[in-house]
Amino acid sequence: MILFQAQDISVRFGGIRAVDSVSFDVRQGEVFSIIGPNGAGKTTIFNLISRIYTPTSGKLIFEDKEITTTPAWQIAGLGIARTFQNIELFPNATLLQNLLIGRHCHSRVGVISELVFLPSVRKAELRHREKVEDVIAFLGLQRYRDSLIANLPYGVRKVVELGRALCIEPKLLLLDEPSSGLNVDETEGMGFWIEDIKKDLGITIIMVEHDMSLVNQVSDRVMALNYGKVLAMGTPHEVQTHPEVIKAYLGGEVAA
Amino acid sequence: MRYLFRTHYQQDITLFRHNGDRFWYGLLVLLVLVAPAILGEFYIGELGAVFIFAIAGVGLMLLVGYTGLISLGHAAFLGIGAYVNAVLLAKGVPFLVTLPLAGLSTALCGAAIGRPTLRMSGLYLAIATLAFGSIVGTVFQKWTAVTGGFDGFAVPTPTIFGYPIEGATGIYYVSLLVLVFVLWVSANLLRSPTGRAMVAIRDSEVSAQSMGIHLARYKTLVFAVSAGMTGLAGGLFAHYVRYLAPDAFDVLLSVQFVTIVFVGGLGSLRGAILGAMFVRLLPQLIAIVRDDLPFGIGRLPGLEPSLFGLVLVFVILFQPGGLNGMWLKMKQWFRAFPFKRQTSFRRQKSYARSERLR
Repeated sequence: MILFQAQDISVRFGGIRAVDSVSFDVRQGEVFSIIGPNGAGKTTIFNLISRIYTPTSGKLIFEDKEITTTPAWQIAGLGIARTFQNIELFPNATLLQNLLIGRHCHSRVGVISELVFLPSVRKAELRHREKVEDVIAFLGLQRYRDSLIANLPYGVRKVVELGRALCIEPKLLLLDEPSSGLNVDETEGMGFWIEDIKKDLGITIIMVEHDMSLVNQVSDRVMALNYGKVLAMGTPHEVQTHPEVIKAYLGGEVAA
Repeated sequence: MRYLFRTHYQQDITLFRHNGDRFWYGLLVLLVLVAPAILGEFYIGELGAVFIFAIAGVGLMLLVGYTGLISLGHAAFLGIGAYVNAVLLAKGVPFLVTLPLAGLSTALCGAAIGRPTLRMSGLYLAIATLAFGSIVGTVFQKWTAVTGGFDGFAVPTPTIFGYPIEGATGIYYVSLLVLVFVLWVSANLLRSPTGRAMVAIRDSEVSAQSMGIHLARYKTLVFAVSAGMTGLAGGLFAHYVRYLAPDAFDVLLSVQFVTIVFVGGLGSLRGAILGAMFVRLLPQLIAIVRDDLPFGIGRLPGLEPSLFGLVLVFVILFQPGGLNGMWLKMKQWFRAFPFKRQTSFRRQKSYARSERLR
């Protein structure tokens, strides 16, 4: 079953075609990786899916519904969560508060009832906290629960951002370079979590990644991009041995 | 030292974390309640003014300290609240109706100004709100049919259920009640999804949006709540000054409000109260020591504004946490008593996003 579909999407910034007629499908339950050299348009595709950018042409379809013109703030409510390449947490809030913000799209209480803190608000808060504690337990973040994000090391923040995305209870998770800035151990840990998220939580993942060992470890299918165009798509092995991909990474002609 | 052992999520949500908090806040409320029996009329008047400024300070704190939006137009909101309350009172509407109406109508004005300024932040928002403030100030001056123009008018004495609220003590108690209400409402908001959405907008708009937070809606909402609280303060302010004239609501008053928030400490309700105490009590302190200062310093014109400016600069440079930060450090010092470490009080160079210009 196909969960997400990009049909011929393009986006232009002035004269630059950052993404040029890219089409791909993501199947329910798979890990779909996007690779490519710097500036290939990988993060731009994420920004298109999370509707920070609007495509110049083409269609985005999620669960048979077109989301090409859905406002950015409704995307989380549909079940699409994302992380950012350079970590966009809320640094002056505690870890717990950060994860609770991930529950925002599930909150249904009105402002007036919040102002007087009706029992219904209290009940909803307790329910959100239970969900958040599940995520904290899943990622093993207990000892940082009440720390300010600003005081946490980079590797932990990366995991917190993953946790915040999980609190949305997404159907589709967009991971923008989950291993960037992590050491070898932490990258390996990230790989295990991605596998757990796929297998135990059944969440479909689209991942942008440079670390090939991580890509090989977790991906079902890989798409290689360069200059906004699709170079190759297939299993990790197929893509890595594709002559166009080798050319894009190493430059020059390929020895046959 | 006190270690909190948590057994239920409820404990994260409660307003008072433990019985110690309940005891000390209860004692504080008791002291403030009996203060009029001990202190003289003048001091009660001044303390009432502290409450009024604290109400507006809490309102501005939600906007500046928690949502990261600056406003240099809050004197205008105070003015709107003051005029709505006083004009309606003069028309014979009961005080129990006029005061909430003052808050509500100011909240509507806040939403109206919040909406078009959504895309602005930092300096641009400061300038836009500054312009709003001076426009409203001009309206107060020119709309003589309602405001009486520069001549102003005397604010009628309010009555509640037939009892007139007279003198400093009456306004003192009403202000205290409103302050407690505003604090309770703010604390509720901050422990709800909306409060977290505000912090999210302050720290990272792009990521707030991908968490499903509708930026425009929440910014307008916070502007409205903040303005509404300032409007309530305005209604009380009218009774504190007793005679309304437009020149009370100038830019300098807006700057005083911003001083409350910054000196008090961004991102803390306690800071708004401490800041209001500072802003209201410093001029009194200057007045008391003025005559004893050497070399005629006390008679220099502009002593008060320059001292305010100096303190603001020093606080931003050396104590970004403000008075609240000092309070927390002091508490930490006593808690850890013989084991004070140099590093625990080293100045942190991390600033909340709202302190930077984007």
